[in-house]
Amino acid sequence: MQLIFEKSRKGRRAFRIPAVDVPVKAKLPSKYCRSNDALLAEVSELDLVRHFTNLSRLNFSVDTNFYPLGSCTMKYNPKFTEQIAGLEGFRELHPLFAQLDATVPYTQGALEVLFCAEQVLCEITGMTAFTTQPLAGAHGELTGAMIIAAYHRHKGNTPKYVIVPDSSHGTNPASAAIAGYEVMVIPTDKDGYMDMEAYKSKLGPESAAVMLTCPDTLGIFNPRIKEIADLAHKAGVLMYYDGANLNAVLGKVRPGDLGFDIVHLNLHKTFATPHGGGGPGAGPVGVTARLSEFLPVPRVIKKRDNTFALEYKFPHSIGPVAPFYGNFGVILKALAYIMLLGKTGLIEVSEIAVLNANYCLARLKDFYQVAYNKNRCMHECILSAVEQAKNGVRALDIAKYLIDKGFHPPTIYFPLIVKEALMIEPTETESKETLDSFIAVMIEIAKMSKTHPELVVNAPLCSPVKRLDETKAARELNLRWRPPLEKDG
Amino acid sequence: MSIPGNLLYTKDHEWVKIEGATAIIGISDHAQHALGDITFVELPKIGDRVVQGKHCATVESVKAASDVYAPFSGKVIKINTELLQHPELANQSPYSQGWFIAIEIDNIKEKDSLMLESEYVHYLTQLPS
Amino acid sequence: MSFIPHTEQEINEMLETIGASSIDELFKDIGPQMRPKSFHIPEGRSELEVDRYFKVMSQKNRPGLVNFIGAGFYEHYIPAVVDALASRSEFYTAYTPYQSECAQGWLQAMYEYQTSICELTGLDVSNASLYDGGTALCEAVMMAIRITGRNKVIVDCGVNHTYRTMLYAYTKNLAIEFVETPVVQGLSCRKDIYKLLDDRTAAVILQNPNFFGAVDDHSDIVDKTHSCGAVAIGSVYPISLGILKTPAEMGIDIATGEGQSLGLPLSFGGPYLGFMAVRKEYTRQMPGRIVGATVDKDGKPGYVLTLQAREQHIRREKATSNICSNEALCALRALMYLCALGKEGLRELALLNFHKSEFAKTCLDTIPGVVVKRSSPTFNEFTVMLPHDAEKVFEKMAAKGFACGFPLGRAYKGMENYLLVAVTEKRTKDEVMAFAKALEEAVCS
Repeated sequence: MQLIFEKSRKGRRAFRIPAVDVPVKAKLPSKYCRSNDALLAEVSELDLVRHFTNLSRLNFSVDTNFYPLGSCTMKYNPKFTEQIAGLEGFRELHPLFAQLDATVPYTQGALEVLFCAEQVLCEITGMTAFTTQPLAGAHGELTGAMIIAAYHRHKGNTPKYVIVPDSSHGTNPASAAIAGYEVMVIPTDKDGYMDMEAYKSKLGPESAAVMLTCPDTLGIFNPRIKEIADLAHKAGVLMYYDGANLNAVLGKVRPGDLGFDIVHLNLHKTFATPHGGGGPGAGPVGVTARLSEFLPVPRVIKKRDNTFALEYKFPHSIGPVAPFYGNFGVILKALAYIMLLGKTGLIEVSEIAVLNANYCLARLKDFYQVAYNKNRCMHECILSAVEQAKNGVRALDIAKYLIDKGFHPPTIYFPLIVKEALMIEPTETESKETLDSFIAVMIEIAKMSKTHPELVVNAPLCSPVKRLDETKAARELNLRWRPPLEKDG
Repeated sequence: MSIPGNLLYTKDHEWVKIEGATAIIGISDHAQHALGDITFVELPKIGDRVVQGKHCATVESVKAASDVYAPFSGKVIKINTELLQHPELANQSPYSQGWFIAIEIDNIKEKDSLMLESEYVHYLTQLPS
Repeated sequence: MSFIPHTEQEINEMLETIGASSIDELFKDIGPQMRPKSFHIPEGRSELEVDRYFKVMSQKNRPGLVNFIGAGFYEHYIPAVVDALASRSEFYTAYTPYQSECAQGWLQAMYEYQTSICELTGLDVSNASLYDGGTALCEAVMMAIRITGRNKVIVDCGVNHTYRTMLYAYTKNLAIEFVETPVVQGLSCRKDIYKLLDDRTAAVILQNPNFFGAVDDHSDIVDKTHSCGAVAIGSVYPISLGILKTPAEMGIDIATGEGQSLGLPLSFGGPYLGFMAVRKEYTRQMPGRIVGATVDKDGKPGYVLTLQAREQHIRREKATSNICSNEALCALRALMYLCALGKEGLRELALLNFHKSEFAKTCLDTIPGVVVKRSSPTFNEFTVMLPHDAEKVFEKMAAKGFACGFPLGRAYKGMENYLLVAVTEKRTKDEVMAFAKALEEAVCS
C-alpha cells in the first residue's frame, strides 16, 4: 500500500487549527526557529481514515484471528474495559494533580483505584506490597532487579550474578545486566527442569537472585519449585518470579506461597488488556514484607481517615522508575477485568487455559515431536518441527503456512533450547471449534511435509505480501521514507 | 563444509593463518553456515590490543549475533574494510575475501591451544547437531 | 463472566481426548503443600455493577479544573479522528509484528511513525517507540556510555526534574557519574558545562524548551560537547518543534522526548510514549524495535522488524536494552495525530500555543506583586514570581476552579514563590483573562 506521505498533496488538510483569538505581539527570534517545516503528510480526513482503516485490515489480531502466540497470552480483550479507561474523570486527569492533592482532593478516585489494584494483585500473588509503576513486563523485571540490588547493598552483600535457566526469556538477563549483574545460566535437564546439581553449585554469596518463570517457558510446572526456593533462601539468594505465565495458575498456586520474594505481572497478558501491536503493557511488581521498603516511590497509601495519598518517605526506595504511577489506563482495564471475573472466574481462566493447551498437545503429539513431557503441559505446549525439518519444512515454514489458513502462527524458535520450536498458547477464550480447525491445519502440514513439502515452503501465498527479505532489510537499511528528488529542480 | 588444511582453528570457530609474526583471522565455514546470512560485522580499530580468548569482533545475521574471539593476543595491524561494507563476504568467501583482522602476535606459544585441521574436523563431529 | 465459551459437554470431550479424568488432574504437579494459603478475591460482578463502581471513582477526581499545569505533560486537543481510528481492534488487539506477512498494516504504520519522528526532530533514524520520555532519556544515556566508553554525564538542571530523578534511580547500579549544572537567567549555564567537559565525559543532557519553558539554541554547547568526543542528548517537546529549531539543526546526536502531547490523553500518567531519534552512525546502538522497508520474494515492497540482533530476545544480557513491549499503540496515535495536523497544522498549532502563552504573560504582568520572568524567550510555558508561597496560591486558585500552574518549590529549592504556568490551545482568551483576575484576587487577599 502507498505510504501516507505518497498520498500527501500540498495544502490538503484533515484538521482545522482554531484561529488565534488573542492579540499577536511577540515574535520568536529566528535563531530559535526551525528553518523548514517538518514534512508531515498533508491529507484530507477521508484520506486519513481510509489509509488507516485499510492498514488495519492488513493485520491479524485477536478480534479477527486465532492468535496462539506462545508466551504472549493473546486472549480476548473485553470491550467493556476500554470504556472504563475512557471515563472522563480518568482520561482527562493530569497526573501532577495527585502531587497537589494534600489539601484539596483532586485525585482521590484515581488513587483509590491504584490502591485497590495493588491490594488485589497482592492477594492473587501472595505478596505483601505492590507497585504499579513499571510500564511493561521487562520494565517490571528491571524494577525487580533494582530492588534485588538495593536489598543486597543494604545488607552489605556484594553479589555479582543473577541466575537464570537457559530456557528463560531474553528480557531476564537483559534486565539483570542493567541492574549491574552478570548472568549465570543453568542448563535444562533431560526432563525439561532446571538442572538441580548445576543450580546448587551456583548458589552462594556471589549470587544475588534466581529469576524463574513458573510454569516455565517449556510449559512445565516444576514440582521441585519449593525446594529450589528453599535452597536459594538458605544461601541468601532472592527468588524472582517472571509472571509471563501466570495465566496457567490463577488460584492454583501463588508465587508468594512458593517462596518467591519478588513478582512481576504482565497485565496485558494475564489480565486481558490489549497488546496494542506491541504495547502499552503494564508490569506491576510485588514483593514480600522484607523488600517492601525498597519499592519505587511515590507509593499510594491509605490514611487513617480512609483517604488516599502519595507517600515519598521511604529512604531505602530505589526511586521512581516511571514519571508517575504506571500505565494508569492499562491498570484500570486490568482491575475492571478482575472485578468482572472475580474469584471463580479467575480460577476458571487457568483451568480452561490449561485444558485448551493440553487438548492441542494431545491431538498433535502424534504428528510433531514434543519438546519434553509428551503427556502433559500447563497453559502452552511446545512442539518441535525437527521431523518435518528433515523434509525441508522448518518451523518458519509452518508459521507462514498457518498465515495462509487464517491463523496467527505460534511463537517459533523460542525457547532457544528447543530446536525448531513451535510454542502454542491457545488461551482460555478460544472455543473447541477454533482449536479443532487449527489442529486440523497443523495435522495437514505434518502430512504435507512428507508428501508435498514445497507447498508449505512456498507459503504464504494469500497474505498482502509473500515472504519478505529480512536479509535485505538488515543489509540495506531503509528505516524512513524520503521524498523523491524534485524533477524540475 | 570446507576446512582448509593450512589453517589453525579455535573451539569458537575462528580460523587463523600464521604468516611470520602476523596472524590473519576469520570465521570458519561452519560458523558462517550456522549464522546464516551475515548482515553486519563490527571490527576493532587498527592499533587496538586484543587478548586471546576475548572478544575482538562481532558478527550479526538476521536472527543471531555472535562474538568473535581472538585466537592470539596482540595488536591489530590490519582490518578488512571491504568486509565492513560487504558483510556477505564472510558467507561467500570465509577463508579469503571474508577475513576479519590481522594481528601482530605477542607470543607464538599461544598457538599450542589451537586446533589443526584434523582436530577441528573431529571437534565438529563431536558437537551436538 | 470469564469470557470462556466451553460447554460442560465440550470440557468432558476434551478431557477424554487428553486422557484425564478431571481438570484437577491437569494440575497434579502442583502438590497440596503448594496450593494457595488464601485467594480472597470478591466474586465476579456484572458489567453494570463494575461500571457503577468506576463511575463513582472517576467522579471523585476533579479533572474539571481549568488547567494551567504542564511541567512536561500537556493538555492538548485530540482530533476525534484519532480516537476513531486508533480504536480499530485490528490494531489494538494485535501483538508485536513478529510475523511480518500478517502484520503489514502495523509495520507500515510504524515505518510512517519513524518517518514522522525523523521529520519532527530532523534526525536520521527513529525507533518504533519506548515507554515514555523519562525512560527514553535513560536509554539515551546508556547509549552514550556504550558509544564513548566513558562514564561521566553532565546534566543541565533545565531537564525535567522528574526525568533527572528517574535517570539517577535507573542507572544507580551502573558506574555512571552525574554532574548537574545550574540554570542561570532561565538558560543552560555554558560556563559551568564547559568547565566540566573533559575526556571522561560521555554525554551532555539538555532540554529544549527547558523545564521553565525557556527556549534556547544549544548549538554552541553541542559544538563544545563534540570537540570533547562526547555525545549531545536533547530532550524535546514535540509540539514545540512545529516552530522551534530542531535537535538536528543544533547538532544533537540523540533526541528523546515525551510524545503524550501528540494525541494521547493525560490519563493520570500513562500510557504515554517515549520517542527517540538519532544520527545515522548510532543506529545500531539504539534500543527498541525498528521497522525497515524491504521487498517480498516477488519484489513487492513490504516492511519487517529489522536490526533485531541488537535486541534482548537475541543478544540477551548484551542487548542494547531490555525493552520488549513498547508503546506501539501510542506511537500509532501520535502518527495519526501528526497526519491529521499535517505540515502546516503543526506549525500553526505551535504558533497558537506561543501566542496564547505570550498573551497570558501580558495579562499576569499587570497584577501587582506578580512578576513574569522574561530573561529568555519561552514557548507555551513560563515562570512567574508571586509575592508569597506558590503552594498557598495554588490552593486558593483551586477553590476558584483553576489549576494555576506547577509550584516550582516542589522541584527547585529556593523557588517556593515561583509558579510554572502552561497555556495550550485549549485555553481560551476568556479563560486566560479570568485566570489573571482570579490570580490577582488570590495574591492580594
